[in-house]
Amino acid sequence: MLRHSHTRLATTLLSSLSLASLALATPAQADTLNIGVMGELASFDTSQVSGGVWESQILMDVYEGLLKENPEGEVMPGMATDWDISEDGRTYTFHLREGAKWSDGAPVTAEDFVFGWQHLLDPASASKYAYLLYPIKNAEAVNTGDRPLDALGVESLDDGKTLKVTLDAPTPYFLQLLTHYTAYPVPKHAVEKYGKQWVKMDNIVTNGAFTPVEWVSQSRISVEKNPDYYEADEVELDGVNYFNTEDRNAAISRFRAGELDIVRDYPSSRYQWLEDNLPEATHLSPMLGSYYYVLNTREGRPTADKRVREALNLVARRKVLSEQIMAGSFKDAYSLVPPGTSHYDVQRMDGVDGDYQERLARAKQLIEEAGYGPDNPLHLQLRYNTSDEHKKIAIALAAMWKPLGVDVEMTNAEATVHYQTIQQGDFDIARAGWIADYNDAENFLTLLRSGVGNNYGGYANPEYDALLAQAATVRDLDEREALLEKAENVALDDYALVPLLYYVTRNLVNPDISGWQDNAEDDHPSRWVTFTE
Amino acid sequence: MLTYTLKRLLMAVPTLLIVITISFFLMRIAPGGPFDGERQLPPEIEANLKAAYHLDEPLPQQYLRYMGNLLQGDFGPSFKYKDFSVTELIAQGFPVSLEIGGLAILLALLVGLPLGVVAALRRNSGLDYAVMGVALAGIAVPNFVIAPILALVFGVLLAWLPAGGWNGGALPNLILPVIALSIQQIAYIARMMRASMIEVLGSHYIRTARAKGLSERQVIWRHAIRPALLPVTSYLGPAIAGIITGSVVIEQIFGIPGIGRYFVQAALNRDYTLVMGTVVFYGALIVLMNLLVDLFYSALDPQIRYDD
Repeated sequence: MLRHSHTRLATTLLSSLSLASLALATPAQADTLNIGVMGELASFDTSQVSGGVWESQILMDVYEGLLKENPEGEVMPGMATDWDISEDGRTYTFHLREGAKWSDGAPVTAEDFVFGWQHLLDPASASKYAYLLYPIKNAEAVNTGDRPLDALGVESLDDGKTLKVTLDAPTPYFLQLLTHYTAYPVPKHAVEKYGKQWVKMDNIVTNGAFTPVEWVSQSRISVEKNPDYYEADEVELDGVNYFNTEDRNAAISRFRAGELDIVRDYPSSRYQWLEDNLPEATHLSPMLGSYYYVLNTREGRPTADKRVREALNLVARRKVLSEQIMAGSFKDAYSLVPPGTSHYDVQRMDGVDGDYQERLARAKQLIEEAGYGPDNPLHLQLRYNTSDEHKKIAIALAAMWKPLGVDVEMTNAEATVHYQTIQQGDFDIARAGWIADYNDAENFLTLLRSGVGNNYGGYANPEYDALLAQAATVRDLDEREALLEKAENVALDDYALVPLLYYVTRNLVNPDISGWQDNAEDDHPSRWVTFTE
Repeated sequence: MLTYTLKRLLMAVPTLLIVITISFFLMRIAPGGPFDGERQLPPEIEANLKAAYHLDEPLPQQYLRYMGNLLQGDFGPSFKYKDFSVTELIAQGFPVSLEIGGLAILLALLVGLPLGVVAALRRNSGLDYAVMGVALAGIAVPNFVIAPILALVFGVLLAWLPAGGWNGGALPNLILPVIALSIQQIAYIARMMRASMIEVLGSHYIRTARAKGLSERQVIWRHAIRPALLPVTSYLGPAIAGIITGSVVIEQIFGIPGIGRYFVQAALNRDYTLVMGTVVFYGALIVLMNLLVDLFYSALDPQIRYDD
């Protein structure tokens, strides 16, 4: 129906009714991969994407940035075959691949990157994730409308064969960032021809291994192998269908019925069952994500007192949460930055995993020192966004804190309201989570930088801010790592938050598939996938 | 009849206007906006977004802008599904919901009405208790329980039918969702038909008909069923409007591209334009269905006439 964008409702109704009844089952194709994804793509225009994991899956299959990822999630050359980095780490020169084409045969040029990045940062695009490209010179000023689009630090040279990118400061994760969809090129020639309608199925061109052919809103997106892709010979699949399977239990049924080859998430509560019944298909592996409780450190809150924060941390029994409450479908966490983060060693909050009785005794003492006791019980307001998982964890923690005489009042709200409320600082403790945008510790540590929007608890420590600021200017990766680790330790010593769990990736994968690997980014380009049968 | 119909349609205009206006302001009063989420946006980006969707204008101005566009048939772009306009989303999803819902209602009538009649005729018999017991269970068990069980049994264990998916509306893909959607309706219709049949069978004109010596078959077919259908008919108006606008549960479990999920998701996402689009659409359908029901009344009951 997408093909008739402005047909009148009545005719559309009639035609699709008859079409629907005439259409027969499409013949099963062995080399078409069926993936269950957990939501609807917001747009094929990468500046309009809303940030779901399912969106990256589709976009990385149809587009390709200067760099791409292998099955292990490691970066490798994509649209650029090689690149030079200047001494000061601020200038990157990318040499574009000879013969790289859009799916209509037009060449992919540096112009397409300049155009795409300008489009992303254009205030008129109102892109949610534009800030990811802020390391590029003048990007923020362009995005706020203070500078014109052409002030952005990107240049197309040598007739579009070379792309020169200038950064504000050395950015160690910049190459990794280029695999993110915000850094994909946009087909300038198609946008010039079709305007905003370029994303419609009839008009769209892409430069990845696949190209979209059909989109049944809320049900299925189908892509076909792109014959103009530079490695088309090596792409084994003929196409991919992405089925929107928001109901995760239903997705399991469809996987068991053989209708889906891959399911990109399953409910944590089903993990044990799946592990027992479909052991070869059930995947669970560490992911770059942290599940934590924000502690409101603003003046006037009981949690502004470090002793209270320490006590809450001491008696939170993470192992019980991960192994019993969540049945092994999360890993217990003692820090903000998760394992698997590149150039970073996992840090550990002090004293939170020793003998429980000792921890409890110390926590009770701290609470007493903070002035709370039987006559003046500590009353805390805990907020979480509505979900069974979050509820179970909240109830468990409230029970763990009870021996301290802490009286927890729990409030839940749908996500929109939850985040709006905690952004306004109206809570003592609040559930939050962060999944890395790119594999770098700074992406997590920014959550505690003073004045940052996502720093819901209002944590402010000049020493912490100074360490992060210093790390941003250092080029040497080891030196930078030391600074970032030191910063995290400052925050952990302050008990600035309650780290609880590290996220894991949960996937169901048909054992007959190869070229699909668990990785911390949970990125799995279909380009590498083959059926072994 | 025509004058009556036109009059009713004219009266629908202020009704819809009130519905639209209340929904518009209620939606804006709801805490949180379309751009609030886990990740707080930098202020400059939020400002860009608000400007792009005219959310930076004063509320009355936004309202006037919306009403102006609406008069030209423009529901605006979806805030969330950016490659589609609200009109496209409804135009793409409604035929699917209409098909599933229409079949479900048809099935519900075909099964529910006879069950109700039979139960009424065999009142207080074992059959009656069995039918009403099953109907009660049908009402009590919600479709988010029935649907996964159907998918599990027929899709996974027996593997007779697809466990989900739409596949362009292929017959095998239709069966389970239609059954899941109709079970509750069958139960309602059977219970309602039974009650109204029992009432009609106790009325004077049925006694008269029997006294005239008409056969039981004639009494039931010609004199009892038609008036007994009246309560079911008034139930059907809003019920049809509700069913053909989709069911979020059935759509999500079976992966069906209908419009039911928009009602819930648009509200949760604060997708203002899509919420308004679904409200206007649903409101208009309710008005239309109620009118059809009233017109159908006169066909069922000779006492009801809409001449002026």
